[in-house]
Amino acid sequence: MPNITLTLDGEQYSADANDTILTIAREHGVNIPTLCHLDGLSPIGACRLCLVEIEGSPKLQPACTTVPAEGMVIHTNTEKLQRYRRMIVEMMISEGNHHCAVCVVNSSCELQDLASEVGLTHVRFPYLFPGKSLDASHKSYAIDRNRCVLCNRCVRVCHEVEGAHVWDIAGRGLGCTIISGMNQPWGESEACTSCGKCVRVCPTGALIERGVGVSEMHKGEDFLKYIVTARNKKEWVAKGE
Amino acid sequence: MPKLLTISPVTRIEGHAKITIQLDDNGDVLDARFHVNEFRGFEKFCEGRLLWEMPGITSRTCGICPASHMLTASKAGDEILAVSIPETAEKLRRLGTLAQWLQSHALSFFHLSSPDFILGFDSDPAKRNVFGLMEADKEFARRGIRLRKFGQEIIQILGGRRVHSTLAVPGGVRDPLEPEKRDYILSGIPEAKETTLLALEVLKKIHLKFAKEIPEFGNFRTLMVGLVSKDGGLEYYDGGLRIQDGNGNTIADHLDPRHYSDYFGEAAEPWSYMKFPYYKPLDYPGGMYRVGPLARVNICDYIETPLAEAERKLFKSLGGSVGVANNSFYYHYARLIEILFAVEKIELLLCDPTITGTHTRATAGVNRLDGVGCTEAPRGVLFHQYTVDGDGVLQKVNLIIATAQNNIAMNRTVKQIAAHFIDGSKGKVTEGMLNRVEAGIRCYDPCLSCSTHASGQMPMHVQMVGPDNELLDEVWR
Repeated sequence: MPNITLTLDGEQYSADANDTILTIAREHGVNIPTLCHLDGLSPIGACRLCLVEIEGSPKLQPACTTVPAEGMVIHTNTEKLQRYRRMIVEMMISEGNHHCAVCVVNSSCELQDLASEVGLTHVRFPYLFPGKSLDASHKSYAIDRNRCVLCNRCVRVCHEVEGAHVWDIAGRGLGCTIISGMNQPWGESEACTSCGKCVRVCPTGALIERGVGVSEMHKGEDFLKYIVTARNKKEWVAKGE
Repeated sequence: MPKLLTISPVTRIEGHAKITIQLDDNGDVLDARFHVNEFRGFEKFCEGRLLWEMPGITSRTCGICPASHMLTASKAGDEILAVSIPETAEKLRRLGTLAQWLQSHALSFFHLSSPDFILGFDSDPAKRNVFGLMEADKEFARRGIRLRKFGQEIIQILGGRRVHSTLAVPGGVRDPLEPEKRDYILSGIPEAKETTLLALEVLKKIHLKFAKEIPEFGNFRTLMVGLVSKDGGLEYYDGGLRIQDGNGNTIADHLDPRHYSDYFGEAAEPWSYMKFPYYKPLDYPGGMYRVGPLARVNICDYIETPLAEAERKLFKSLGGSVGVANNSFYYHYARLIEILFAVEKIELLLCDPTITGTHTRATAGVNRLDGVGCTEAPRGVLFHQYTVDGDGVLQKVNLIIATAQNNIAMNRTVKQIAAHFIDGSKGKVTEGMLNRVEAGIRCYDPCLSCSTHASGQMPMHVQMVGPDNELLDEVWR
């Protein structure tokens, strides 16, 4: 496997030439904030939180989808990046309806953790208070689009891991929204297997279990790496095969 | 020349309000109104939310009595799920209701109202607050603060937080009570009881000290409404509605709270955001009624705990031949009796072995499309009615808050006190006169509120304006 050498925040590292900047950084204990990224799902570079500066390049690049070239000098935590990351979270919060105090995942929400991590203390942009819908037609789960940050995790986990492809994103720009089936109520989607993977990987309180109250829901996406690893290594084989 | 006095904002209450006092040509009080000039909008923005979120959302209505909203919302949720909650869950909810009474009543008496009594209505407004109280009687203030803390601690133990706790959910409560925590609460009972008995002694002296003023503090006969148990005892969590008139006659009894809208209507006035509930058979405003401690202690036949029952009998003797204490000043007395009851009853509940049971939650889907929850909040009977679709999404929300039910009576109290204490003919109003009008409102401990005393300033602005908008007199404080 070919190796390359690169510089991350002033330290030189040797890395697999096929790995992304994010993978390499994490392997060496360099923290880069992420939101849409989830180990086990394909990277899409949607949230832009993992943007890094590469010397010689005029554009910022997402660490989760960028494979470094030999000799690259990368900065992961400059003042400019810190400012941009704060602004991204600020915009996510101002363009949704994130009322943490009465949210089912309050205190165990990745968006909250992220806001804290990037040092967000207040939102400078006017809140848009969009009129988003809530769909509780599924017998076990509900989607509250008010809290969706369009990270696309649900779309990917349903398509790539469960193979049901219930979720999609419709619309453009501020009008983007997660839809189920053929833009029909979730409970009417024939493709949904009710596996709940989308709920588990959702970083906010957008996808939730029915019947839970404020601060009552604790998600965990650890299951994903076991499923994906086992599948890749063909560890799950039925008896006799 | 007619004049208008405005007290805005009213202080040492929870929320934003103003009082206007209309004077006639002779400077006598023509009319007085209590205007609530804040708008919260919970009934509207809860539409579209999930039923299970309602205890959490509606508890944000208030920072003082959130547990009451949480519990009432959960009861409305029980109705919609059509479940009978586990025995332990009901007892823990009862414990939560009493802890809410305890801390809220302690706040009302010690922090908000007693500065008027201990320091005097005409004392320096800069010191007429809980800090002034600490200077005047450190031990009394300390005990009051600790009593409230005790109530808050119970709420925290049961629901994780002192304010906006998450104890109750539709179907029961989230977590059982651990025996060690039960024992911890029990260890606080003796001091709480001692403090309450001390407060009762102090209040009785206050009754003597203000004997001349008390008869003008909202002294009139009205209907009184509250929950009573099956055999007529003081009730706080369940039971039926009893309606009594000002002469002590029960005109309706054991009404099912689920049908509250059959008995009570809500009028609106253009000058206030607070609605004016009334008893339908007597129409508006004749159907004026009072709720809260004064009503509860008046209408019940007995209180199940011994110390509180002994005080209830003394309380009833204030009502003369009809046995009804109709004076709103006695809200304070009734409040202390209820604290005493709460402390005694909390002890009883904690000594019940089933209180630490581990089965605390029933689960079910949406089995009804409409549900009414009703409990006795510190300030009076509270109703939440939810209409949901088949998925449990709220379609309609109606909240009837205790304070609103006292609205007509509060207006009448303001008018009575203003008429007695304010003399506009001299073209001069004193701060002490206005404080008495405010103190009339504080009897009801209205839940519009925040404790502005903490700032040490009383941001009250009163203007006396002539008919041609000429400013005749102005008082800032």
